[in-house]
Amino acid sequence: MSAKEYITIDGNEAVANVAYRCNEVMCIYPITPSSNMGEWCDQWSSEGIPNLWGTIPQVIEMQSEAGAAGAVHGSLQTGALTCTFTASQGLLLKIPNMFKIAGELTPTVFHISARTLATHALSIFGDHSDVMSARSTGFALISSASVQEAMDFALIAQASTLESRIPFLHFFDGFRTSHEVSKIEMVTEDVMRQMINEDFVIAHRMRAMNPEHPVLRGTAQNPDVFFQARERCNPFYQKCPEITQKVMDKFAAITGRQYKLFQYVGVPDAERIVILMGSGCETAHETVEYLTARGEKVGVLKVRLYRPFDVKKFCEALPPTIENITVLDRTKEAGSAGEPLYLDVVAALNEGLSNGWCSLKKMPKVICGRYGLSCKEFTPAMVKAVFDNLKLENPKNHFTVGITDDVTNTSLEYDSEFSTEADDVVRSVFYGLGSDGTVGANKNSIKIIGENTDLYAQGYFVYDSKKAGAVTISHLRFGPRSIRSTYLIDKANFVACHQPVFLERYDMLKQLVPGGTFLLNTPYSKDEIWDKLPRPVQQSLIEKKAKFYVIDAISVARATGMGSRINTIMQTCFFALSGVLPREKAITEIKKSIKKTYGRKGEDIVQKNIAAVEHTLAKLFEVQVPDKVTSTIELPPPFSAEAPEEIKSTLGVIYGNRGDELPVSAFSPDGTFPTATARYEKRNLALEIPVWDEKTCIQCGKCVVICPHAAIRMKVYASEHLKNAPPTFKSTDARAPEFKGLKYTLQVAPEDCTGCILCIEVCPARNKVEAKLKAINMQPQPPLRLQERENWKFFLDIPDYDRRKLKVTQLRQQQIMTPLFEFSGACAGCGETPYLKLMSQLFGDRVVAANATGCSSIYGGNLPTTPWSVNKDGRGPTWNNSLFEDSAEFGLGFRVSIDKQRDLAIQFCKKLANVLGDDLVTGIINADQRDESGIYEQRQRVAALKQKLASSQLPEAKMLFALADSLIRRSVWIIGGDGWAYDIGYGGLDHVLASGKDVNMIVLDTEVYSNTGGQMSKSTPRGAIARFAAGGKPMAKKDLGLMAMSYGNVYVASVAMGARDEHTLKAFIEAESYPGVSLIIAYSHCIAHGIDLDRGLGARQQKLAVDSGQWLLYRYDPRRVERGENPLQLDSPPPKIKLEEYLMTEIRFKMLTKTKPEEAKRLFYLAQKDVEARYRFYQYLAQRDFKTAMVQSTEQKASVETQL
Amino acid sequence: MDITTTYIGMKLRSPLVVSASHLGDSIEGLKKIEDCGGAAVVLHSLFEEQLRLEAYEIDHHLTHGTESYPEALSYFPEPQELLIGPEVYLEHISKAKKAVKMPIIASLNGSTVGGWTKYAKKMEEAGADAIELNIYNIPTDMGLPGSEIEKTYVEILASVKSAVKVPVAVKLSPYFSNMANMAKRLVDAGADGLVLFNRFYQPDIDLEQLEVVPNILLSTPMEMRLPLRWIAILYGRLNTSLAATSGIHSATDVIKMIMVGADVTMLCSVLMRYGVEQLVKIERDMIQWMQEHEYESVSQMKGSMSQKSCPDPSAFERAQYMRALATTKTL
Repeated sequence: MSAKEYITIDGNEAVANVAYRCNEVMCIYPITPSSNMGEWCDQWSSEGIPNLWGTIPQVIEMQSEAGAAGAVHGSLQTGALTCTFTASQGLLLKIPNMFKIAGELTPTVFHISARTLATHALSIFGDHSDVMSARSTGFALISSASVQEAMDFALIAQASTLESRIPFLHFFDGFRTSHEVSKIEMVTEDVMRQMINEDFVIAHRMRAMNPEHPVLRGTAQNPDVFFQARERCNPFYQKCPEITQKVMDKFAAITGRQYKLFQYVGVPDAERIVILMGSGCETAHETVEYLTARGEKVGVLKVRLYRPFDVKKFCEALPPTIENITVLDRTKEAGSAGEPLYLDVVAALNEGLSNGWCSLKKMPKVICGRYGLSCKEFTPAMVKAVFDNLKLENPKNHFTVGITDDVTNTSLEYDSEFSTEADDVVRSVFYGLGSDGTVGANKNSIKIIGENTDLYAQGYFVYDSKKAGAVTISHLRFGPRSIRSTYLIDKANFVACHQPVFLERYDMLKQLVPGGTFLLNTPYSKDEIWDKLPRPVQQSLIEKKAKFYVIDAISVARATGMGSRINTIMQTCFFALSGVLPREKAITEIKKSIKKTYGRKGEDIVQKNIAAVEHTLAKLFEVQVPDKVTSTIELPPPFSAEAPEEIKSTLGVIYGNRGDELPVSAFSPDGTFPTATARYEKRNLALEIPVWDEKTCIQCGKCVVICPHAAIRMKVYASEHLKNAPPTFKSTDARAPEFKGLKYTLQVAPEDCTGCILCIEVCPARNKVEAKLKAINMQPQPPLRLQERENWKFFLDIPDYDRRKLKVTQLRQQQIMTPLFEFSGACAGCGETPYLKLMSQLFGDRVVAANATGCSSIYGGNLPTTPWSVNKDGRGPTWNNSLFEDSAEFGLGFRVSIDKQRDLAIQFCKKLANVLGDDLVTGIINADQRDESGIYEQRQRVAALKQKLASSQLPEAKMLFALADSLIRRSVWIIGGDGWAYDIGYGGLDHVLASGKDVNMIVLDTEVYSNTGGQMSKSTPRGAIARFAAGGKPMAKKDLGLMAMSYGNVYVASVAMGARDEHTLKAFIEAESYPGVSLIIAYSHCIAHGIDLDRGLGARQQKLAVDSGQWLLYRYDPRRVERGENPLQLDSPPPKIKLEEYLMTEIRFKMLTKTKPEEAKRLFYLAQKDVEARYRFYQYLAQRDFKTAMVQSTEQKASVETQL
Repeated sequence: MDITTTYIGMKLRSPLVVSASHLGDSIEGLKKIEDCGGAAVVLHSLFEEQLRLEAYEIDHHLTHGTESYPEALSYFPEPQELLIGPEVYLEHISKAKKAVKMPIIASLNGSTVGGWTKYAKKMEEAGADAIELNIYNIPTDMGLPGSEIEKTYVEILASVKSAVKVPVAVKLSPYFSNMANMAKRLVDAGADGLVLFNRFYQPDIDLEQLEVVPNILLSTPMEMRLPLRWIAILYGRLNTSLAATSGIHSATDVIKMIMVGADVTMLCSVLMRYGVEQLVKIERDMIQWMQEHEYESVSQMKGSMSQKSCPDPSAFERAQYMRALATTKTL
C-alpha cells in the first residue's frame, strides 16, 4: 500500500487532477458547477504540466456542450484518450453523441458535477435530474458521494472504461461535492500508473480510425439488421460490473480504500434500510452510525455503479433481515410510477428473489421518496425521519423529505433539533461579504489546518445570487475523523459576523450552541458595542451564555493598507479564538500561507497582509455580556412595508433568508411570478448616494440613462404637483423650451442606489464656483436615507409626463420615460443593464422578452425578485428564459405566435364587423402604430372592442376577446450575451437573422462569458486574457455585425452607450421601428474586464474603446437603400488614440504584459492592425455609392417591402 | 576631430547621450541609437511607487468580485508568475548590455530609502554602467521646510552611494532656494555627476470639460537657458560631472552647453520628434561647426563660456528683465 499523502482540495479539482493526468484531450464548454474542472485542466496545460505519458494535454473550448461532445467523439475515434466535464443542460446537449460513443464501445469518462435541469425554473445547484436523463445512453454511471470518492472514482472510472470499453459517466453532487473543500487522501500519479493498464490504452489506439488500415463506422442500418447489431454489445455490458469491482479491489489493494458496487453500511441484521446515491450517502452513513450505536436496526446501501445495474451484486449486498426499504432519489420524474433508482431497485429485487440471488426470504416492503432537489438540505434529521417512516405500519410512499408539501401532502415531518454532530468537531460559521475576502480566507484556514494537524477539515460555502453586495456564508468543520456531514452547520460553536450590517439582517446566533463564541467586526469598542446591538442579538447572547468578542477589522485593514479586505484579520481572530491550533503556531502558519498565496503578487502585497495579521490581536477584545437585555433596536422587516401581502409572504420570506420555510402551496404550479418586485427589496447597499444640485444641472439626462439600476430618475411636471412636497424635495424650472412653464426634478432612490458613481462620472455639468463639484455629488447615505426615502416616494407619485408629447430621439426628453427595468442585482456599475433599461423605457409596456441564460437572466429572473417592472397602468415587459442556446428561436416563436393571433383577431374582427361597427374594425385593422400616439389610439380602440365583446354571447366574441390584446403592436426582444450570440446560440441567431421576422435582438457584449467566470468567447478581442486564453487570445474578435449585414435585410447597430448615449438611443428607436430582424450589438463594460466597475469607470472604458477604434459605432439600416442611400452609417470617427492606450487601462489586457510581455507586444501590435484594417473596411463599405447601385438592390428592396 | 568626453568616469565617444525616455525601451531601439552614434543611453526611470501601485492594482483586480457569486468564483486565470517587480527592467539592462557596447545608465525613482538602495543594487547587479537618481517631489505640505527636503535628497544619494560601486548621477529640479549650495551638498555626499534639469509635466486645464489634464509637451530650445545658466555657474567649482538636459535640439545647442561646462548633453524631445537618426545630423553639424571655428576637441571647448571663463561673468547672475535692460542702456 502506498504511503498516505493528504491534500485539501474541492471536488472539482480532485476530479480534474485525475482526469488531466489520465487523458490527452479535454473538450469542454463552461457550465456551472462543472466549469472549474475544465479550467483547472486548461491552467495545468498552460503551465506545461504533463500527463502520465509525459505529454501536455490539449484543452479545447468549444462553442457549446454539443460541440464539445462532438469533438470528444472525434478525438476518441481517432485514438486519443479523451474526456470532458459538464452538468445539467450541458449534459443534455451531449446526449446524442453519448449514444454514439457508447454504441461504438468507446472508452471515455464524462465527469459530471450533477446539477438540476431547468424545468419550471433554472437552478445551478445539485441534484440527479441531469444524470438520470442520460441513463439510457449506454454509458456506465458511477456515483461518488464525497470529495475523497470523487477523486478515487475518477480513477476507478478511467481504469474501468479502458478495460470494459463501456464509456463512463462519473457523477458527484454539484456544489455539495464539487465545491466542498475537504482534506482527503491524495490519489498520486504513482497510484494512477498502477491503476491504468497500458495494454488497454494501446488497444484503444489500435481501434482508432486510421487510413493505414481503414474501417467504416457510423453506418445507417435498416430493419433487417439494426436490432441484431444493437444486441451485439451485450457481453461488454455484462462484464462491465465485474471489471469495475475488480478495479475497485485493485484500488483497495493500493490505497486501502475499499469500494463495492453496492456498499452496505449498518448492522448486519438491519430491518430497515435506505438506498441512495451521491452525497446524501454520507449523511445517511453518519446517521446510521449514530442510530445503530443507539440500538436501531438500520442500514444504508450506497449505490456506486448505477449502470450497468448488476442485479445479482445488488441482491448480495442486502442483509437477509431487511423488512423495509426506502429508496431515495435526488430527482423528480413527474408522472412516473416512481423515480428511477426506486424502479430499478424494485425490478432488481423482483428478479433477484425469483432467481434466488438474495438471502432475503421474502420481498421486503419497498417505498420511495425524493430529497435534496437543487441542493435542498438533506440532514440527519431527515434521514431519521425516513427511517421512522419505515417503522410505520403504513409508511408514506412517494414522499418528499426536506420540504413542507401542503398541496399533495407528500412530505415527511422531521425533528429539526435532531443532530448527529459529534462534540469533538469544531463547527464554525462565517458571515461575510464577497468583497471582504471571507471565503478566500476560510479556504485558506482549511488548508492550514488540513496541512498542519491530524484533523480532518471540511468547508462549504453558500454564495449570493446577487452580484452587488453579495453575501457569503462559510461553513467550516474540523474534527478527528473523516467528516461525512454533507449538510450545512446549524449547531455552530463559533459564529463570526464580518460585517456589522448583517446584525440587522440575519439571525446568526440561532446557529450558535450554548456557550459558543460569537465574533463581531464592528467599529464600536468593547464598551460601546452592547448598546448598539439589536434586541434579539442581546437576548440570544445572554440566553446562550455566549462568549462575545469584537474587533474593529476595518480600521486595522485601513491602517495596514488592506482597504476593505478584512480577510486575514478575521482569519487571525478565528485562529486566536477557536483554539484549533496553538495561537503562535497559527500565526506562523497564516504568515507562511500569505507568502505562498501572495508571493507572486509582490513583496508589498505580502507585507501588508502580514502587517494586518500582526496588528490584529491587539485589537481583539472580549465583551462582558451583561445579564439583561437593554436594547430597543428591533430588526427591520426584510422587505419594504409597501409590498403587497402576497408578495411579502412569499418573495419577502425568501429575501429574509427563510425560503426553506415556505411550503409547496406558496408557489404557482407553473413557475409564474409577478414582475415589479425588485422595488421592495431596499438593499441599502450604497455608503454614499448622489445628491442633486439643481442650480448646476443642465437637465441633459446623461446620469439617468447610464444608471445601471434605474436609481436616478427625472420628471417634468406642472408646479401644482409640488403641493404637499416634503420640505427637502428639490425642484427647479425645466430648461427645455418644450417644457416651458413646467418643473423639473432629478431624484435618487436612496435605498436602491448601489453607489457605483457612474452617474457622477458622466455628468457634464460643473459648478461654476467649485469645479470639483458637478450637478450631482456623492454624499453619505445614512443621514439622507429617511429624508430621501420620503422624497423618492413623493417623486414616484408625481404623474408621468405624457409619452405622446415627448421627442424620443432627444435624450434629455426621452429619459423622462419611466424605466420598466429597475434595481437589478447586477454588479454595481453594470454595463449591460442600462441598455435593457433604455429598451424598457422606450417600448417596455408592449415588450415580450426572450432572455438567454447568463448574467441577464440571473439579474433578470433570479428569485426572490425581478427588476422587470410595470407602469402605472400595470403594463410592462413580460419575460421568460428558455435556455442558453435557444433565445433567438424562443423569441422567434413569440413573434410567429403573436402574429398568428393578431391575424386571427383581425379575421374575427372582420367577421364580427356588423356587431362591432365598421369604423372600429377598420380603425383597428388599419391602425398606424409606429409611434406612441398610434399605440395609444390602438389601445383605446382595443379597449372599446373589449367592452363591446364583453357583452356579446357569440362564441367568436369570446375568442376575439382572448385575442384582442394581440392587436396592439408587440415588441419582441431577444436578449443575451456574447456567449449566446457568438457561440452557443449562433446557429439559432443566424437562422433568425435569415427569417425576416420583426424581432429585435440585443447582444449585451461583454466579450467574455461573464456569468460563469470569464471564459473566452468568440467575441473576446485579440490579446485579452480570459479562461482558456491564459496566454492572451491569439485570434481577433468575430465580426458578428458584419456577418449579419451580409443578409442585406437585417438592421444592425453597434453601440456603446458610455461613449455616445444619443447614438445608442437612435439605434434602439431605429431597430425597433424596422419591420424585420434587428440586431443591436451593445458594448458592455464588465467586471470580467478587470476595471473598477464600482468606481464608475465603465463609461470611460467605453469611450476609450471607441476612441481607439477597438469598438466601432455604426448603424446599418436596409431602409436607406430604398432612398438610394448607403445602408451603412459609420458613426465612429477615425481612431483618435493608439489602441494600447485603451488596452493598458483594463487588466484583461494589461495582465498579459505582466505574464508574457513579448507576446503582449506581438498581440497588441496585431490588434492595432486589426483596428486599422477594420476601420478602413467599414469606411469603404459606408462610402459605397448606393444611388447607382439601386438597380442591383431591387431584390433586397422587394424583400423589405414584402415584410412591410 | 576629437569629440570624446568623459562623464561620471566613463569615457564616451561623444557628448551626445540619449536621456531617460522610452527611446531605450527596446533592444532594437538601443541598437539604433548606437548605430546613430549615441554615446550612452539613460533608460527610462524605474519608479518604485509605480511598481507598488501596479502590484496593488493587479492584486485588486485578481481578487475583486471573486468568491462572491457561485457561478463565477473568479474572473481570470490565476497567473503562475507575474512580472510586477523590477525584473523586466533589470532583464532589459542585462539584455541591453549584451546587445550594445555604449554605456547603459539605469534611472531610478524610489519612494522609500530602502527602495532606493535595493533597486540601485539590483541595477548594478544587472550590469548597469551607472545609475541616475531621478529624485523629485512636488512638495505641497506647508509645514515641511525646504531644508528637510534637501536633507532627504542628500540622504538618498548617500545611501545609494554606500550600496553601489558604479557611478551615481543625480538628476535635479531647479527649484531649490540655493541651487549652488544644493549642488555642492550633493557632490559632497558623493554625486559623481549632476544632471540639470529635470523637466516636469505641467498640468493644463481643459476649458470645455473643466478638468485638469496632463499636458505632455516636448521641450523647446528655449528651455535650455535654465540648465545653461546653472552649468555655467557650477562649472569648475565642483568636482563632479555635469550633464545638460532640457531643450537641446541642435548641434549649436550642444556646443553651447559644452562651452558652459557640460560634459555631456542629453537629448530626448528632438529625437522623439524627428527620430533617433537626428543624432547623426547633430553630430555631423557639431563637427562641422567645430571645424569651421577651428576647435580641436570637445575638451578644448568645455567650460570656455562658463561663468568663470566667459567675458561677462555677471551675465549669468542677472535675473530680471529690468536689470538686463538697464545694463544694455549703460552700454
